[in-house]
Amino acid sequence: MSTLEAAEPDTHGHDDHGHDHPAFLAHHFDTPEQQFDSGKLGIWLFLVTEVLFFSGMFCAYAIFRMTRPDVFEGCSQFLNTKLGAINTGVLLFSSLTMAWAVRCSQTEEHKKLTALLAATLSCAMVFLGVKSIEYSHKWGMGLLPAGYFTYNPNNPHPEGGTNWLIWLCLPFALLLVGVVIWLVISVVKGNKFQTACAMPLSVVCLSFFLGVGLGTILESGEAQGGHDVAHADADHPAGAVDAAGSVVSQDETVVGGGVVRERLVKDASNTGLQDEFVARRTQMELATGTVVTDRSDVADAVSAVPQEVLTPSRAGVFFGIYYCMTGVHAIHILGGIGVLVWLLVRSIRQDFNRQYFGPVDYVGLYWHLVDLIWIYLFPLLYLIR
Amino acid sequence: MSSGSIPKGRIVRDPGFPTERENYLTTSKGVFSWLFTLDHKRIGMMYLVGVTVAFLVAGLLALAIRFHLLAPGGWLFNRPIFKSFTDKDPNDIYNQVFTLHGAIMVFLFIIPSIPAALGNFLVPVMLGAKDVAFPRLNLSSFYLWVFGAIFFVSALFASGLDTGWTFYTPYSTTTDSSVILATMGAFILGFSSIFTGLNFIVTINTMRPPGMTWFKMPLFLWATYSTSIIQVLATPVLGITLLLLIAERTMHIGIFDPEFNGDPVTYQHFFWFYSHPAVYIMILPAFGIISELISVHSHKHIFGYRFIAYSSIAIALLGFLVWGHHMFTAGMSSLTTIIFSALTFTVSIPSAIKVFNWLATMYKGSISLTTPMCYALSFIFLFTIGGLTGLFLGTLATDLHLHDTYFIVAHFHYVMVGGTLVAFMGGVFHWWPKMVGKMYNEFGGRISAALVFLGFNLTFLPQFVLGSRGMPRRYATYDPEFAFLHQVSTFGALLLGIGILVALVVLMYSLWNGRKAPANPWGGATLEWMCTSPPPFYNFDRAPVVGDPYDFEFIEWDNENERYVTAEPERKLAPGQKPEPVHAKH
Repeated sequence: MSTLEAAEPDTHGHDDHGHDHPAFLAHHFDTPEQQFDSGKLGIWLFLVTEVLFFSGMFCAYAIFRMTRPDVFEGCSQFLNTKLGAINTGVLLFSSLTMAWAVRCSQTEEHKKLTALLAATLSCAMVFLGVKSIEYSHKWGMGLLPAGYFTYNPNNPHPEGGTNWLIWLCLPFALLLVGVVIWLVISVVKGNKFQTACAMPLSVVCLSFFLGVGLGTILESGEAQGGHDVAHADADHPAGAVDAAGSVVSQDETVVGGGVVRERLVKDASNTGLQDEFVARRTQMELATGTVVTDRSDVADAVSAVPQEVLTPSRAGVFFGIYYCMTGVHAIHILGGIGVLVWLLVRSIRQDFNRQYFGPVDYVGLYWHLVDLIWIYLFPLLYLIR
Repeated sequence: MSSGSIPKGRIVRDPGFPTERENYLTTSKGVFSWLFTLDHKRIGMMYLVGVTVAFLVAGLLALAIRFHLLAPGGWLFNRPIFKSFTDKDPNDIYNQVFTLHGAIMVFLFIIPSIPAALGNFLVPVMLGAKDVAFPRLNLSSFYLWVFGAIFFVSALFASGLDTGWTFYTPYSTTTDSSVILATMGAFILGFSSIFTGLNFIVTINTMRPPGMTWFKMPLFLWATYSTSIIQVLATPVLGITLLLLIAERTMHIGIFDPEFNGDPVTYQHFFWFYSHPAVYIMILPAFGIISELISVHSHKHIFGYRFIAYSSIAIALLGFLVWGHHMFTAGMSSLTTIIFSALTFTVSIPSAIKVFNWLATMYKGSISLTTPMCYALSFIFLFTIGGLTGLFLGTLATDLHLHDTYFIVAHFHYVMVGGTLVAFMGGVFHWWPKMVGKMYNEFGGRISAALVFLGFNLTFLPQFVLGSRGMPRRYATYDPEFAFLHQVSTFGALLLGIGILVALVVLMYSLWNGRKAPANPWGGATLEWMCTSPPPFYNFDRAPVVGDPYDFEFIEWDNENERYVTAEPERKLAPGQKPEPVHAKH
């Protein structure tokens, strides 16, 4: 019944920690091991919720890939495999530096830990830089989710649209300017700690533009050499593309909910709308008392739908899933950057030691998961031919 | 067993009353000492206040629904007073009111009620720990709850919400009401729920005191643990579903909206994959409370401890396999419906195991009909009806007839209100002396239990009849032949409201005029009764003695001081062993 604990004297005072309670140990834990184990279990459970969070989108991917394989294969041609591959490499490398950083925090190599965290952060920024090239390029071409899909194969690069790249780069440029100003001020004031923080962070911000540059070079190479080929390669008959394109181009300028709906009514390939019309007609017939026996006309109507790929209701679904999956992944990268910056500052403060390296370990696990999800996204979205 | 005076030669343990300084309520003062507290007990109390307010709001909406259904053509929203400040159609008002009633009750009250309010207070104390594993995460999950609530309230004031709490597509992607605000609210509340569950799993895994093995845990902890598993595994799927719904509304990604070639049945699958397990998030902690209440107030060891513990886990796992029974009429293949129907019946096995074990616990126990026990008894009665009528709905053939009728409404209210709400109130009455350190008026408490029981049955028994006669749910008007039963139901709802009001008054009155509560007012053997009422800031002055949580052998009624104390026989000490400290402070 009784345990040893009951007989032990009360070691933890109410307000002050006993001498055996180091500063990094929270008051409600007894030992550093208990604190570390709790954190580790906590982060693993959090990763489980993350996997389940993404599982919803993987599930949607599986359903629509199964029902419309032609759409997925056709639209995948628009994704730039080179950029995806570069990003995969960058993320894999960042996982290496992260794992190395965890090791350094355990061995108390503070300088190396800071350098490795900064390297991981820089890789994350390069990833985002490349990604913003990919996004802005597709937005410019009108390769968007079903509601805003305006791609026209006869005029893939319409003139005079918004330059999305500038808008995507703007927050990072402001960030870079801010960090550089901070660096200058802290150097002038001679604040060593702030200088030590601002120096790696300005390198990190700069790497975003490294990514943008890298992406621009690869994307433009694609445009000169293989761009038209890549687009023509898409597995869809040219005639069908023209038909769909003419439908879409009728009112190119207006983008908005109601108009989009009206436009989609003209979109013959929308099986969902087809079904709805047939259902409504049947309902009307039933309401007037007609006995409906032969429903072969429904099957005919459905099978008669032309199978173009590049229409808003078909390609739009692929791009909807593409933007949801990569967008949520990019948000996770941004979150990872946030916690990595926090770790960087703490590592410069030399908070971590042999007994207390939990936060580095946990963020490392999170970072590997974000990396792992990209490892799945890359082949599923880019490499289907 | 409580038998009167304490035999001679026993070590009496009783922590007595807390001093001003060590009592968690008075250890620090000021609003900010509450708003930024990391103490799990204070966070639990803030949750308790929050969910009670949400419950009262949603309860008033329920009364409004019932009063609209007083007359076949609709009564309340047709009154001139409504016409004077809104030009909305009365039927539209009705749609918005029942949607908000459901959404607030589910997302803001029932899901956080027992785990977040009572669980936060009790889990660390029952474990003899100082706090949960992640106190900051705990506080942030409370504030996420507050933000989620703000989103819901702003949806109410923006342009209302009339989709029903399930947000089914395609209606939710086409209606003009504020779906995005409400789904953002539900998304945020989901994270609040995930963080609470994650915190409890880690706390129970890593912070059990020495000597407390898995099978020496109180059953409330088993119930909380299985609830937390569901919260962690199911809620993220709801999160992504709602996020995709928001994307569907704003960008038309074409996953759920048939107009853009999406599939609305996919939405239903995604939604119920979370929301069916969520039903068990609502009911499992209630099972935990009832296990404690029945055992303590019968002063008898719980019958079939392991069966109750395992059945909680079994319900948590089986709950993931049955979501399709919400969609029998949504156009699934007949094979799928048969499989889901068969799996649905398996859930009834662990539920029945629990009910039988509670009955066996009471058998030959010395039952005291205290207020918590009255609530526990009405729980068993109401939950049994709720569970058995669930079998009608799990059966394919009868479900086709009963789907979307008042039969469903009555069934899930018997489980959610008759089950979860009644258990929650029983739990609040049971742990109230521990939480605030005051005893309430027993007579008033029993009156409230009786009124709630009567009012509840009067409200929802007629709805079974209404539903089986074909009255569809969610309708603002009805045929005159249903008028009598609807009016009985409305009268019952009023009675139920009065019962809840009485409970509230009794509890509030005790804050000012209640007798000081002893450490162990009921004679419980779990650890929370071993610390003072209310507990000190760090819960225990020294780590408590861990024993069988349902062993009442040494719990004795102390005639002199009128309270339960632990009185163990003196044991011979091994050489070198120090004598156990005596807790009494007289």
